[in-house]
Amino acid sequence: MKFLKFLLVGIFFGIVLVKSEAVSWYRIFEMFKFQSFHMYGIIGSAVFLGILFLWMFKKFKVNSIAGTPIVLPPKEKSFTRYILGGTIFGFGWALAGACPGPMYILLGTGVFSMLIVIAAAMLGTFVYGLVRNRLPH
Amino acid sequence: MEIIQQPWPWYVSGPLIALTMALLVFFGKTFGMSSNLRTLCSIGGAGKFASFFRFDWKAQKWNLTVVLGAIIGGFIAVQFLSDGSVLALNPETVADLNTLGFENVGKTLLPNEIYEWKSVFSLKGLSILVIAGFLVGFGTRYAGGCTSGHAITGLSNLQLPSLIAVIGFFIGGLIMTHFVLPLIFSA
Repeated sequence: MKFLKFLLVGIFFGIVLVKSEAVSWYRIFEMFKFQSFHMYGIIGSAVFLGILFLWMFKKFKVNSIAGTPIVLPPKEKSFTRYILGGTIFGFGWALAGACPGPMYILLGTGVFSMLIVIAAAMLGTFVYGLVRNRLPH
Repeated sequence: MEIIQQPWPWYVSGPLIALTMALLVFFGKTFGMSSNLRTLCSIGGAGKFASFFRFDWKAQKWNLTVVLGAIIGGFIAVQFLSDGSVLALNPETVADLNTLGFENVGKTLLPNEIYEWKSVFSLKGLSILVIAGFLVGFGTRYAGGCTSGHAITGLSNLQLPSLIAVIGFFIGGLIMTHFVLPLIFSA
């Protein structure tokens, strides 16, 4: 049952994102309008604690569950791909009101029209795979 | 139970998201939801068209399991852990959305004006969902990650590339929210 822990983490993640309302289109709109601290509080406190967690993993040389050292591969250095890809992603995020995680979670809440968004996101990924050699990275 | 059924404040939710990330890292993996889109493309046979999709997708089964869990989590949260309360949005946000023609703002997680079948089955409605999804899927792979991979994991790992990507997320999101949405929707 090595997959059970991943299933449980996924369930936990889904519950947290619904209960925090971070899956809500309205909360994303409100965030981009700078009309509430809510989303900034969520992301800010997640990153703050995340820095602490990863720092502790390094500091105390914590091994993963399999007994191997924990290594997070550094992101490849570049500017173009991150700013361009990020901006394109931002257009979609603010329009759909959902990023990939919430898309799946919202499907679970019973919003079946989200399947169209997920299918379109797969198509977007597929087209990226086709044209990536011609894009500036 | 009542406390659980109410909406959770940011200072509870944020740390729990960090915990999700830390658990996956502790399990020897990483927190990244958008890579599943690439995996799904590979399973669907996209490797026939681009080398980008020729990789051992079976090594990604753990991440698809997280996705399955997330779907179940969404179901559990609305079925058993919600009291049906209206989102406590800023009244200004509600007023702004009313001006754009949105009704019942905050009574559901998502606006019916975009996600209800009646809206979906119009050329405009369908275009919105397809274009939005396409931009998310294309952008996230181009940028090498989404909110979970860059904004949470990457920033937690003090990665400059992730900061650049997050700045990009905001450039796109701000342009969409302030300039494009008012063109798409109007009362």
